[in-house]
Amino acid sequence: MTKKNTAGNIFTALTYIFLYAPIVVLIVFSFNSTKSRTVWSGFTLNWYKELFSDSLIMSSLQTTLMVSVLASLIAAVIGTFAAIGFYSMKKQWRAPFLTVNNIPVINADIITGVSLSLLFVSAGLFMGFELGFGTLLIAHISFDIPYVILSVMPKLYQLDRNLFEAAQDLGCTWFQTIYKVVIPEIMPGIINGLLIAFTMSVDDFVISYFTAGSSVETLSMAIYAMTRRRISPKINAISTLLFAVVLILLIIVNVREARQQKANIKKQKMLKGSN
Amino acid sequence: MKKTISIIISAIMLVCLFAGCGGGGKASKGVVNVYNWGEYIDPDLRAQFERETGIKVNYKTFESNEQMYSVLKQGGVNYDVIIPSDYMISRLVSEDMLAPIDFENIPNYALVDDNLKNMAHDPENKYSVPYMWGTVGIIYDPAVVGEVDSWAALFDKKNSGKILMFDNSRDAMGIALKYLNYSLNTTDEAQLNEAFELLKEQKPILQGYVMDQIFDKLESGEAAIGPYYAGDFLTMHSANPDLKFCIPKEGSNVFVDSMCILKNAENKANAEAFINFMTGTDQSMANSEYIGYTSPNKEVRDTIDLDDLAKSVMYPDDAVLSKCESFINLPQKTLNYYDSMWVKLKS
Repeated sequence: MTKKNTAGNIFTALTYIFLYAPIVVLIVFSFNSTKSRTVWSGFTLNWYKELFSDSLIMSSLQTTLMVSVLASLIAAVIGTFAAIGFYSMKKQWRAPFLTVNNIPVINADIITGVSLSLLFVSAGLFMGFELGFGTLLIAHISFDIPYVILSVMPKLYQLDRNLFEAAQDLGCTWFQTIYKVVIPEIMPGIINGLLIAFTMSVDDFVISYFTAGSSVETLSMAIYAMTRRRISPKINAISTLLFAVVLILLIIVNVREARQQKANIKKQKMLKGSN
Repeated sequence: MKKTISIIISAIMLVCLFAGCGGGGKASKGVVNVYNWGEYIDPDLRAQFERETGIKVNYKTFESNEQMYSVLKQGGVNYDVIIPSDYMISRLVSEDMLAPIDFENIPNYALVDDNLKNMAHDPENKYSVPYMWGTVGIIYDPAVVGEVDSWAALFDKKNSGKILMFDNSRDAMGIALKYLNYSLNTTDEAQLNEAFELLKEQKPILQGYVMDQIFDKLESGEAAIGPYYAGDFLTMHSANPDLKFCIPKEGSNVFVDSMCILKNAENKANAEAFINFMTGTDQSMANSEYIGYTSPNKEVRDTIDLDDLAKSVMYPDDAVLSKCESFINLPQKTLNYYDSMWVKLKS
């Protein structure tokens, strides 16, 4: 038994090393005093200082955050309502719609990117707009929505169907039913979908590349363009900061969830007690 | 719950409103759309230009000439100033994609080094104003490969396993052609075949075909010799002072990245203001110090504060330069030859 455990522990340790070693290297070299990515030549915070004074990187970071936050929020709203719609459909209709919803998730980014770009360019000719922040945002919303639907659907399945009727019996209008009963129940699913959509948006390079046009640039595009002159350690610095922010966000979300679960268990116990 | 939802929804609507405004206001005056290489401008200059002229700079970056070309061809974009390299400029000129520049609006053009005027890609100085330039040379560690003064060192079997080579067909073939004392821009098939044979023989003794990985490989000593740009040598030298640089005696490639205005530019006057601003002595000096490449401005050349090594690498004298050649665009038939030869070589 103990032998099995040590083997298991080694396996777990190796898994974590493979997952996190690259990130550790990236973080370590954000403090390196020369531009080298292989030779350690001393500790410095210069790259962080330069990062914040580099208006080009900061403005591309701003674009990335703007697009990701907006796209994931809008996709969360649209995706939630779409999921509620799918849920209330008849079964024979629901299945094909959900399959169609899955296609953008499986589809290669490059195809989504090129087809959106062709659409925007030709629609722009007729309607007099050109590629820019608007088209970038629309593209992000459109590839974010399926992820929201996918994470909201399971929560809806867990929902007790009688809740709708009970709420309406007690005098709720349909809209009150949705936002007082349904939405609070599926909230964890919506938040999950929102977070996934947000990370997909921050990550995305290919689709942004084809839809951003001539005036906006996201962080991933700025990093890609640096490869002729070698990627600056400023990018290590900004990646370190992004990693730290995501880590903190995840910790907050997990702590919150754990607390909610505890509170739920307490509530149920109390309900049982009063019965 | 109701409150939070309504706050969120109204926030989204507000931001959408402003995003819409941003999109619609783009065509208005006071903007210049610039498309440049990544990490190829001192960011302070952009802010300074905006402050001094009130013109907002929308700045985007590309990673190679070919990528920039395909983005322009794809349509739906609207750049004013682009900064391609020499051979791409002659291609854009031949496809009638550039607008002639009104040099009356670019008084600083008088400061540009005469060596960089009337070059093969823009013989009448109509379409381009040099932005940065430099040479290609051999970067090597003399302790490992000895002193080097010829391209022969890259083809020498005694350096086997220590050699790096450009990972693109034009630069790799250029080196082989120069070693054979032919022109970089030759279209003669016999000469091209000879150069190709040379590259085939060289492949087994190479450590690899690389682009920016060459920094790490030479700095760490994993490789000992390879061709790259003069300005980048100084970056490598600061991490590994053993490295040395030479422009081979057979001559080499000199590249010029120049600012051009696109034919369909909507903000031509602003574009010319931007080009003039970037050509000024103070700006070009700051930019050159930030990027590490050579400024085309004569006053910068005469006054820039560099140590002897940097000065000799970045501002080579005319005797060396006279042996160097710049790339021009090749006819489609030759480009096809390059493509098929490169595929054969790499597979």
